[in-house]
Amino acid sequence: MTAYITKRLLIALVTILVASVIVFSMLEIVPGDPARVMLGMNATPEALQALRDQMGLDQPLLVRYFDWIGQLLVFDFGKSYTYNIPVRDLIAERVVVSLPLAIMALALSTLIAIPVGIFSAERRGRMADTLSMGAAQIGVAVPNFWFALLLVYVFAVWLRLVPAGGFPGWGAGAWPALKALILPAIALALPQAAILSRVTRSAMLDVLGEDYIRTARAKGMPRNVVLWHHALRNALIPVLTILGLQFAFLLAGTIIIENVFYLPGLGRLVFQAITQRDLIVVEGVVMLLVAVVVLVNLLVDLSYAVVDPRLRTSR
Amino acid sequence: MTIIADEPVPEPQPGFLALALRNRSFVVGALLTLFIAGMALLSFFWTPYDVTRLVVADRMLPLSSAHWFGTDQFGRDVLSMIMIGARASIAVALVAVVIGLGVGVPLGCWAAARGGIVDEVLMRFNDVVFAFPALLMAILITAIFGPSATNAVIAIGIFNIPVFARVARAGALAIWPREFILAARAAGKGKARITAEHILPNIANLLLVQGTIQFALGVLAEAGLSYVGLGVQPPMPSWGRMLFDAQPRMMVAPTLALFPGLAIVITVLGLNLLGDGVSDAIDPKLRRQR
Amino acid sequence: MSLLEIEKLSLNIGRIPILKDVDLTLDAGEVMGLVGESGSGKSMTAMAVMQLLPSVAKAMGRVRFDGIDILAAPEAAMCKLRGNEIGMVFQEPMTALNPVKTIGEQVAEGIRWHTGATRTDAEDHARKILDRVGLPEKSFPLSRYPHELSGGQRQRVVIAIACALRPKLLIADEPTTALDVVLQAQILDLLRDLVDENRMGLLLISHDLAVVTEMSDRVTVMRHGEVMETGETASTLSAQEHPYTRQLAQASMHVPARARIRGAEQPAHDLLKVEAVTRDYPGRRASLFRKPEPMRAVDDVSFSMKEGQSTALVGRSGCGKSTLARMILALDQPTGGAIHFMGEKLTSRDEAMLKPARRNMQVVFQDPYGSFNPRHKVERLVAEPLHTLEKQPQGAERRELVARALHEVGLKPADMDKYPHEFSGGQRQRLSIARAIITRPKLVVADEPVSALDVSIRAQILDLFADLNQRLGIAYLFITHDLSVARAITDDVMVMHDGRIVERGRTSDVLDNPQSEAARALVSASPDLRRAIAKKLQEQG
Repeated sequence: MTAYITKRLLIALVTILVASVIVFSMLEIVPGDPARVMLGMNATPEALQALRDQMGLDQPLLVRYFDWIGQLLVFDFGKSYTYNIPVRDLIAERVVVSLPLAIMALALSTLIAIPVGIFSAERRGRMADTLSMGAAQIGVAVPNFWFALLLVYVFAVWLRLVPAGGFPGWGAGAWPALKALILPAIALALPQAAILSRVTRSAMLDVLGEDYIRTARAKGMPRNVVLWHHALRNALIPVLTILGLQFAFLLAGTIIIENVFYLPGLGRLVFQAITQRDLIVVEGVVMLLVAVVVLVNLLVDLSYAVVDPRLRTSR
Repeated sequence: MTIIADEPVPEPQPGFLALALRNRSFVVGALLTLFIAGMALLSFFWTPYDVTRLVVADRMLPLSSAHWFGTDQFGRDVLSMIMIGARASIAVALVAVVIGLGVGVPLGCWAAARGGIVDEVLMRFNDVVFAFPALLMAILITAIFGPSATNAVIAIGIFNIPVFARVARAGALAIWPREFILAARAAGKGKARITAEHILPNIANLLLVQGTIQFALGVLAEAGLSYVGLGVQPPMPSWGRMLFDAQPRMMVAPTLALFPGLAIVITVLGLNLLGDGVSDAIDPKLRRQR
Repeated sequence: MSLLEIEKLSLNIGRIPILKDVDLTLDAGEVMGLVGESGSGKSMTAMAVMQLLPSVAKAMGRVRFDGIDILAAPEAAMCKLRGNEIGMVFQEPMTALNPVKTIGEQVAEGIRWHTGATRTDAEDHARKILDRVGLPEKSFPLSRYPHELSGGQRQRVVIAIACALRPKLLIADEPTTALDVVLQAQILDLLRDLVDENRMGLLLISHDLAVVTEMSDRVTVMRHGEVMETGETASTLSAQEHPYTRQLAQASMHVPARARIRGAEQPAHDLLKVEAVTRDYPGRRASLFRKPEPMRAVDDVSFSMKEGQSTALVGRSGCGKSTLARMILALDQPTGGAIHFMGEKLTSRDEAMLKPARRNMQVVFQDPYGSFNPRHKVERLVAEPLHTLEKQPQGAERRELVARALHEVGLKPADMDKYPHEFSGGQRQRLSIARAIITRPKLVVADEPVSALDVSIRAQILDLFADLNQRLGIAYLFITHDLSVARAITDDVMVMHDGRIVERGRTSDVLDNPQSEAARALVSASPDLRRAIAKKLQEQG
């Protein structure tokens, strides 16, 4: 058990470290002088020099990398050029939109997909299975931003139930803020739910074909007991894997969805920073997102050990 | 005494194509895919209207027999634009798959054949790439190196590499311990030769199925990039860009957003169904389950 | 009225008939052996009694258990019977238990479900039955998970689940086929005792005539979904009146005709010489920072083989015999020691240097399905070892060589344009042999080459091996867990135990009069049809 956890922890750390090198060098190979890239062609030499000093561009590469890492460790992401405030504050301001959105979407997708997947597997080949898997097949094919546009048209433009976009802020009260997040969450969740329900169904079908299911039936356990007590826990392992991967997907999905709904979240922040060439913000937010993905996958790995006793004793 | 053993010789199995053509997913998927591909090919020779000419008088026309899908804000025929847009989607996604296959499969096979430290390093590097939200990185890459179809292809292709590497490695690892591989080694064949002769033909199916999945994801990614203005550049029409242009005009002309989206759905649906059909037809275990 | 009465049971899957008019009765306390080759429908008969058939199967006829019409019984009624009145033990112990539940949970679950006992009472009960099947609390607490148990121990858990509520009928479907002979004997003893203690009826399904004869009071022989013969075990098998019963019995005891024993009169120089060979595998890591203890699979093994000699390497599963074979084939490197073949050293040479040796040393594997690349045609598959020749024959010359090899194993030259899936199991094993002999090797290593085959096919393949040994003078190293195979085809035998060779000698001497403890255990555990029939007859006086 400890060996398994230690190994996973080490892998997570190494992953983040290598990722940091990639992010750092990616912005290092931006064609041209980063300061010039950020300030544009009309910048005065003084302004350029000031930015170079601030970014430490005149120092050697390795020194700059280790400085950057040192700052990251104390959650100092530097100062945004365009907004002229610390990136940390920007992130804090935006994360209160993106995090609830991602959690809502993940919860929604899981709550829909897992029951549908189990239900379909149990009724394999029957009408209910065919219909729900047909819907899932279409759901996988729908781009979430297009689905978002359709939702806006139906629920905001036509039925006028929810706002078409924008975010009133949590200061305006919990309900108006949540209301602004409902459509984006649905737009993110449904295509993911389609994938997850297909994975759940096929994992359940795999498990239902196993010998130990036959043993349980030969013991006299009725079908539904076998399904919930024997099959589900074994089927959880591939489902958890996909859930972990989907989290990374959802984070990336927020970039486009936040643009569709004009939500001031992390995705929109990083997208605007990219178009405005605010490299400091880009570096900070990308590193943060990578760290979150690695952390989530670490949690998934650790939850395997909870589900599967084989991981606890061996390896 | 002599023993008469009458072991039954297996019934002749229907070939892959015969199985595939009996599979509903495969047939529907193949038809949809062929339809979109045919549309893209046709657009090289003929479209209902010339999309490079902007006719101000024909702006924002509703659906009619002259313009089946209406016209956009510059008076361009939407059907013609969708036909040409198919080219970009297919080309970008296809080349990205080729990049993924070309780099990922050799890496995956190498890792499986060598094992040990080579395998460990490659797989850890895969983990690193998987840790980056792919679309975010694609946006970053295209933004840094300038928005263009080529950069979109590279950005999407890079993220296909670890996917194919992983599939190829897993497939190869399942083949390596098989007895026919031991027999090949007993015949003095080296790892590279065994990989070419025995491993690749046996993982080709897996790669084909994964190829259709990545193709479909590539179409979605290209649409997303074009939607945020980082994919195919105007005036070349693309489905994602058409959706972006349609968004502010949703109140007056919702159909502008409808048809490009449907085109994406049909393409991705077709490819996914095709992939499901292929894997049903080649995997007897799954076939039994349905 | 009998405990179980099957009358005219027929079963179709789709349009394919699986069972045709099967009749079978079983009384309380009686052991019925159900024997037949693969595809005879014996497992399907058992599944019909349990009503655990695949949903596409249609059963007709009558199955009565204890007065209940099983084919008409609703699912709820069957749930009451299964595990309570009828218990079942399966073939594959490694996969028969749920990996995420403790053995205690899995045994107690059925007890609670059927008796409504509290968790504590059910666990007490589970503890008792686990003790009874030979899994004492000290080493096997209820909190053990299946992966912490060996195959034989897992099969004991499955038996505990099946017998926990003292069912009236126990169905055992090939319960020992996945286990080695020593474990097989232990599990069969356990089943016999449990049946006696509780006066259970036992329906024992097996492909192994010797096992069935040892265990059962009456026997039913099935073939192609039909009952060939039913009768009292000793008389049925000693009289062998039904031609198919006779064929099965003869095939089980078949010894290929071999004109002269080779090896004895051969020149003294060695074909193969194994010197102090050892193989360690890295053990399982207990911690990331501690170096794991190595596991020794092969321990200081030395022996030699002469040209044309046929030697058996026997031992229990996991004794290291397959690892040793791989090192001889230069597919694996020893940790220590050296292997010489035809005077050349094989160990620590690179692949190019090994080519001449490989030409003279080929291999036949156990699994007739896994031995061929399914994507290649027979010509290419059988020709593969030609790769070891200096000048590789092409085109017509290659087809000529493949045709000759196919002819030698009793196949047609036209077969070279087929794919492996177009052949039956026995034919594939012939293909495997054709591939092994195409370069005219001096030594063929055969790793359990007949253990996946039905008895009649097995007899044919043994004949073929014997014939090739006589005609081509090929030496064999036969790796097998089946002593009857060793007896049938080899001159010498080596007994391997825990990585060491513990006994070596002429096959008949060692098997008739084993000296080492390991060899004695193997011999006494090995089922032997002749011996079993004699014993049955004697019991009846």
